[in-house]
Amino acid sequence: MSRHSLLRALDARNRFHSQQLKSTPNYQRTLISRTQLNTDRGRRLYWTALTIALLLATLVFIGPLFWMATGGFKTSQELVSNPPVLLPAHPSTHAFSLAWDRLGMAQLLWNTVVYAGGALLLQLIFCVAAAYSLSKLRPIFGNWILALMLASMMIPAAALVIPQYLTVLDLPFVHWNLQNTPWVIWLPTVANAFNIFLLKRFFDSIPNDLLDAAAVDGAGPLRTLWRIVLPMSRPILGVVSIFAIVAVWKDFLWPLITVPAHETLNVGVSTASTSMPDNALVGGLFLASIPTIVLFLIFQRNIMAGLTVGGVKG
Amino acid sequence: MAFALASERVRDNTGQRDSRSTWKTLRRATGRNLRAHAFLFGALLCFVLFTWYPMIREIIMSFQRVHRGQTTWVGLGNYRQVAADPEFWQAWRNTLEFTGLALVLGFAAPFAVAIVVNEFRHAQGYLRILVYLPVMLPPVAGILLFKYFMDPGFGLFNQALHFLHLPKSQWLASKTTSMPSIVLVSTWSNMGTATLVYLAALQGIPGDLYEAAELDGCSVLQRIRHVTIPQTRLILSLMLMLQIVATMQMFTESFVLTGGGPEGSTTTVVYLLYNYAFSYNKFNTAAALGVIMLLVLAIFSAIYIVLERRGSED
Repeated sequence: MSRHSLLRALDARNRFHSQQLKSTPNYQRTLISRTQLNTDRGRRLYWTALTIALLLATLVFIGPLFWMATGGFKTSQELVSNPPVLLPAHPSTHAFSLAWDRLGMAQLLWNTVVYAGGALLLQLIFCVAAAYSLSKLRPIFGNWILALMLASMMIPAAALVIPQYLTVLDLPFVHWNLQNTPWVIWLPTVANAFNIFLLKRFFDSIPNDLLDAAAVDGAGPLRTLWRIVLPMSRPILGVVSIFAIVAVWKDFLWPLITVPAHETLNVGVSTASTSMPDNALVGGLFLASIPTIVLFLIFQRNIMAGLTVGGVKG
Repeated sequence: MAFALASERVRDNTGQRDSRSTWKTLRRATGRNLRAHAFLFGALLCFVLFTWYPMIREIIMSFQRVHRGQTTWVGLGNYRQVAADPEFWQAWRNTLEFTGLALVLGFAAPFAVAIVVNEFRHAQGYLRILVYLPVMLPPVAGILLFKYFMDPGFGLFNQALHFLHLPKSQWLASKTTSMPSIVLVSTWSNMGTATLVYLAALQGIPGDLYEAAELDGCSVLQRIRHVTIPQTRLILSLMLMLQIVATMQMFTESFVLTGGGPEGSTTTVVYLLYNYAFSYNKFNTAAALGVIMLLVLAIFSAIYIVLERRGSED
């Protein structure tokens, strides 16, 4: 029952936290007390620390991104010049178009979107169905199956890569070779114990009375799932979706060996990196980073909330 | 299921328990189970194909060898071969070096950052986004970016060191500094997750505890030592274990940045496994290495489970 207790602990904390907030509307006591901060010295120290932290964090985390974003507009000489050039003298988009063509960026992007989208869809269908079954339909041996699934979370993914690779080259019984098809990315992502666990835990919290009422009205399990359970589960579905997409987007080793003919963005950029002019490569990196950064800025609230629900996905 | 059970019980109380109604109940139960298993089927199949079967296959493979299409049992032959390979010991040393350094930096830094950020009453949202931004980049983009910064000639890092009148470093190009450099890259791109998880945990600490500690005359550091750390101990130890398991599987950074060099100083265990399989075409040796990895990481997973148990008993 991995992570269960952690999640429970977080729940309890969140509940506690919200109660705290109710009793003390706009102030939560932390390490340093408010009275201490409200002295002259406290205030000076606070603002100095805040300024330093903001500058440092901006430099460390935005700096490289700024360098990447402007790098594509520079010439290769400017990129490697000493002292560094902050902004290009004659900004040119030439490097971006070069990167776009040489990397086949459109194709890479499309491949990755297909992989991520399909993985998301399959996970939503099969993980939701499995979690619903384990939580509400409770088939015989269900608890054993759940325990086996959860046990697989303890297996380091990289250690299983070899037999998994051989398995997808020649699927048992049907003898299909999945290499270079999207299925080789899609199907293994369904075997995601963490998502099933998150979903099951959420479904467990839906009162059975609701489902019983639906059953009295003659709704079968599928209809109940679709009409009652899913509409109530939007938050957790959002979290699972984000995990599903980000996992495919960031994976490296598995797509490297299984889809060499239809590379993901990640793999494609890395294999092409040695044969490109510097400014085109940096421009390419920037282009490759845009989709997830935009996604993040739009959904940052959900993504960060998902992190604390999902606790420690790493 | 609750509904079905209830209705059956009612029936049992009112009607006579003749063999026909027992038969009916049994049939209904079977139908219910079949339906429930139908919901489970898709996910279960993926688990069988891509997790459980490969796991067994890896163990079997590790005792076999394939020569010209002939599979023979070789007992511990593959394991002996692996143990006799100097690269194997080197790979473990490298992996442990990475894990150790990544923990010093990647475990302590996010906690420190979270503690500081939690004290700020302003710009917390901005700082959160900043720290998490690199996590959303495609990993290869972040990694290749640092390849430029760490270039011994024109790289920004050496230019900065020169500007500060500090000795320059060879970064990735030297045997001694290559691994620490990779740790730097990896921490930059991954620390966001841990930071946000810690922040969530810190915000759940009841303010009264700090208040009480302060009244008892504890300094800020003592308050961290006696309130913050004990209150977040469970999450800290869980994250520690997760990070150990994750860092011991490091592959992408080495593959993209150094190709395992210089002089094999950044070849990790997963990298060696990849090489066995895809460079030397020795899949069975790779499987033996995979099993060894499973066993080693199982120890950490076991610690994780024990910690969690203890945590949920608190």
